[in-house]
Amino acid sequence: MSKGDPLLEVTDLVKHFPIKAGVVIDHEVARVRAVDGVSLTLREGETLGLVGESGCGKSTLCRAILQLTQPTSGSVRFLGEELVGRSRRDLRPLRRQMQMIFQDPFASLNPRKRVGQIVGDPLELHGLAKGAELKRRVQELLERVGLNPEHYNRYPHEFSGGQRQRIGIARALALHPKLIVADEPVSALDVSVQAQIINLLKELQDEFGLSYLFVAHDLGVVRHVSDRVAVMYLGKVVENSATEDLYRKPIHPYTNALLSAVPIPDPKRNAARERLVLQGDVPSPIDPPPGCSFHTRCPWATEICTSDEPALVERATAHVAACHHPRNVEEPAAQGR
Amino acid sequence: MSAILRVDDLKVGFATEDGVVEAVGGVSFELQPGEVLAIVGESGSGKSVTAQTITGLTRAPNAKITGSVSYRGRELIGLDDDQLRDIRGEQIAMVFQDPMSSLNPVYRVGDQISEMIRAHRDVSKREASHRAIELLRSVGIPNPERRVRHYPHEFSGGMRQRVMIAMALALEPEVLIADEPTTALDVTVQAQILRLLDQLNRDRDLAVILITHDLGVVAEVADRVLVMYAGQIVEDATLDEIFYDPQHPYTWGLLGSLMRLDQSRTARLAQIPGQPPSLLAPPSGCRFAPRCPHEFDKCHELPALQPRVGGNHLDRCWLDPEDKKSRRAQVIP
Amino acid sequence: MARFIARRLLGMVAVLFAISVIVFLIFNVIPNSDPAARIAGKNADPALIARVSADLGLDQPLPVQYLTMMRQIFTGQLMSYAKDRNVVEQIWDGVPATFSLCIGAAVIWMTLAVLFGYMSAVHAGKFTDRALTILSLVGISMPVFWLAAILLYFLTFKVQLFPTGSYVPLTEDPGQWAYHLILPWLTLAVLYVGFYSRMLRSNMLDAMNEDYVRTARAKGLSERQVRIRHVLRNSMIPVVTLFGLDFGMVVGGGAILTETVYNLNGVGLYAGEAIRSLDLPPLIGVTLFGAFFIVLFNTLVDIAYAGLDPRIRLGEVAA
Repeated sequence: MSKGDPLLEVTDLVKHFPIKAGVVIDHEVARVRAVDGVSLTLREGETLGLVGESGCGKSTLCRAILQLTQPTSGSVRFLGEELVGRSRRDLRPLRRQMQMIFQDPFASLNPRKRVGQIVGDPLELHGLAKGAELKRRVQELLERVGLNPEHYNRYPHEFSGGQRQRIGIARALALHPKLIVADEPVSALDVSVQAQIINLLKELQDEFGLSYLFVAHDLGVVRHVSDRVAVMYLGKVVENSATEDLYRKPIHPYTNALLSAVPIPDPKRNAARERLVLQGDVPSPIDPPPGCSFHTRCPWATEICTSDEPALVERATAHVAACHHPRNVEEPAAQGR
Repeated sequence: MSAILRVDDLKVGFATEDGVVEAVGGVSFELQPGEVLAIVGESGSGKSVTAQTITGLTRAPNAKITGSVSYRGRELIGLDDDQLRDIRGEQIAMVFQDPMSSLNPVYRVGDQISEMIRAHRDVSKREASHRAIELLRSVGIPNPERRVRHYPHEFSGGMRQRVMIAMALALEPEVLIADEPTTALDVTVQAQILRLLDQLNRDRDLAVILITHDLGVVAEVADRVLVMYAGQIVEDATLDEIFYDPQHPYTWGLLGSLMRLDQSRTARLAQIPGQPPSLLAPPSGCRFAPRCPHEFDKCHELPALQPRVGGNHLDRCWLDPEDKKSRRAQVIP
Repeated sequence: MARFIARRLLGMVAVLFAISVIVFLIFNVIPNSDPAARIAGKNADPALIARVSADLGLDQPLPVQYLTMMRQIFTGQLMSYAKDRNVVEQIWDGVPATFSLCIGAAVIWMTLAVLFGYMSAVHAGKFTDRALTILSLVGISMPVFWLAAILLYFLTFKVQLFPTGSYVPLTEDPGQWAYHLILPWLTLAVLYVGFYSRMLRSNMLDAMNEDYVRTARAKGLSERQVRIRHVLRNSMIPVVTLFGLDFGMVVGGGAILTETVYNLNGVGLYAGEAIRSLDLPPLIGVTLFGAFFIVLFNTLVDIAYAGLDPRIRLGEVAA
């Protein structure tokens, strides 16, 4: 496998959570459509950014991809192997190649374990090292992520938020995986610390040949780290393209709204911008609107949007979007008026 | 135009078994009527403690508060809860970060608003209820007649924050203190709320103190900006001055580490090395010096917050203003 | 809601059935419990025992015995082995005393618990709190029978302030009814007051740090309004639900010790006798009676909880 080959191929991945009720026997009355048919590809050495607001399903998608929760249907091919439906035993060797970094640096580290243990556990679990060799490798990792290797025996609460996130990164890195899924790794950190962590992640990517699936709600962060970006809304991918294309020529109305909503830290430019402020709230994933799920808030929605779900099709070079009235495309959208 | 709120050398310390944590180390500023004042800082900068101390909400038994906070000439520090009642809600109202935990989950939203009204005014339940409906309408909640009977958990995050804002405005206060009002919200919802705050500020001449860590939010609504670091104000200037002529290296660091959508993607972000100092024993000189790339020998003496480039632009840095320009250009493109 | 209640009723039936089977089986496994032998007397010969056995239907196979017993319960004809008295009638006769004891004690214990808990929380760390804490701990630690014995000794024997016990029906003489119940009420309540006031105190101290309490203050409410409308109200939810469960237990005949010591002819006393004499029909009777109330109050507590905390919805779709 060389750089540029598809490392991860997700096809029509679905994860629904049933809601049950009943008198004697529970039967399903509704489902939470957390992930409702997602397809995407991540190439070796690439960073795919995944953006969306709360409830869009991005965290569930991460877990479904890594088989931390069992998908309802669909396929996840990693390193050419199908992951969905495999037994835990089968998945074990594959898990060495895919790791996760979590959002909350306070909750994702076991407070009763020492840092050295936390970072070393994966190595021990997979039988890759033990004893003195284990300690050496762990200290190497701690140093590489910018922590003092002497702090091997400290507990998580003795570190700051940014440092704990580094510990989480060291842990994910321990097995030298090919893929790291980072679920909002900097959202809980202060702005000045975010920059440090982002820089670290990029360095590590170059050094270790990592591929990232980088989930975030902060568009600025995503733009900075990603090669490609996918935008999610209510469990579906609505747009997917190379980063600069997404930010300069967003096609889907939701992407347009998202970008418009982010304030630019430059008062004059900010005031001079044309803003698109969405009305209303995100609908519930239990009862998504028919047709295009965004039509209830879309300023350009028409009749067809309420009945026909738009397919994710290519609108520009390597740039797909699911919309009946795409913005910023050369050819005028000829579908339904 | 005289200031409606004056904070003078406010200090808040918390006694712990390891010593006194100096959360706020001598903060002084003024708020003009109808002004939107943003207090920017990261966690541990003391911005939230400052905001809460203004209305006497810092009540930990181990807290020691010195200094002065005067509202329209009336000293607020030292007043007890009963004395502060006519200020809280009536003159100075607050909105907090997490609207889910800031509203009592067992009472209907309308009742919570009515309760506030009736605590200050002699009106019947029905009148208060009517007023609550009107308030919900004024902050853009659809179907207020129906929604006034709903519980907090039946609202989405953005709607809940609107409820909190409606409640805060019930008695038409002069000052609204908003402590990270949009941090817990999605970006599209944040845009709605900021727009609402902006509109309220302009329509009602409502002065706002906006606590935030997000410079984008600041750029969107603020008139004046205070930058706080390690419990002190390091820069105090107008919106344009902060963004186009910042005078403190910490401010440069903040601006430089931003990932802006309208700039090209740089390979490496300018980062501020290290971490904020422990507030148990803050450095005796400039508190930012240990992390400052421009630190020199004078920095072991704490600089006063003074205007060094003229006008009302205050900063806490010994560097010569001319010298600053070239140094700043290295951090902020 | 209707679905929820239907579900609970079905559950109740299932639980009661299971309990009746279990008690029945246990009884038949206990050594030395052959009722026929006991009833027949010490000097009975095997023939007499066999005749008594047949008389009581004890020579039938177990499932048949069980079914017979169940039928007798439902038709109100269940007879105890020992004294040949109607179990259902006995239980019914004991209800007024048990209810009087439990309801009265409950009113006292809840009132005092809320008062003490509130005061403890408001003055946390100060003298009032410490004093009340010690009182609570003493209350929790005192065994019921010991306390009852002490009270009886000092207040009815040494100083004849109160009657020694026995139950006077309310309909007969309300004054005497209450007079005879004062000591039993206090005895039963002491344990619960200690426990509940501690719990309320702890809940209130937690609630005082909640964000919504901060908002309430920021709204300009008086400290008292904040404490009662926000802190106390929310802290009471777990207290109320626990109360439902404890009350269900005592009212179903669980206050055995108190009723026995004060000689109140309630269901608890009857249960005590049944246990001592290992008499199966009364045992099954009181166990089912108690189980019924526990399940009933469990259900009521769940409903109450949903009423008190609007975030809880019973058996409906979570949106």
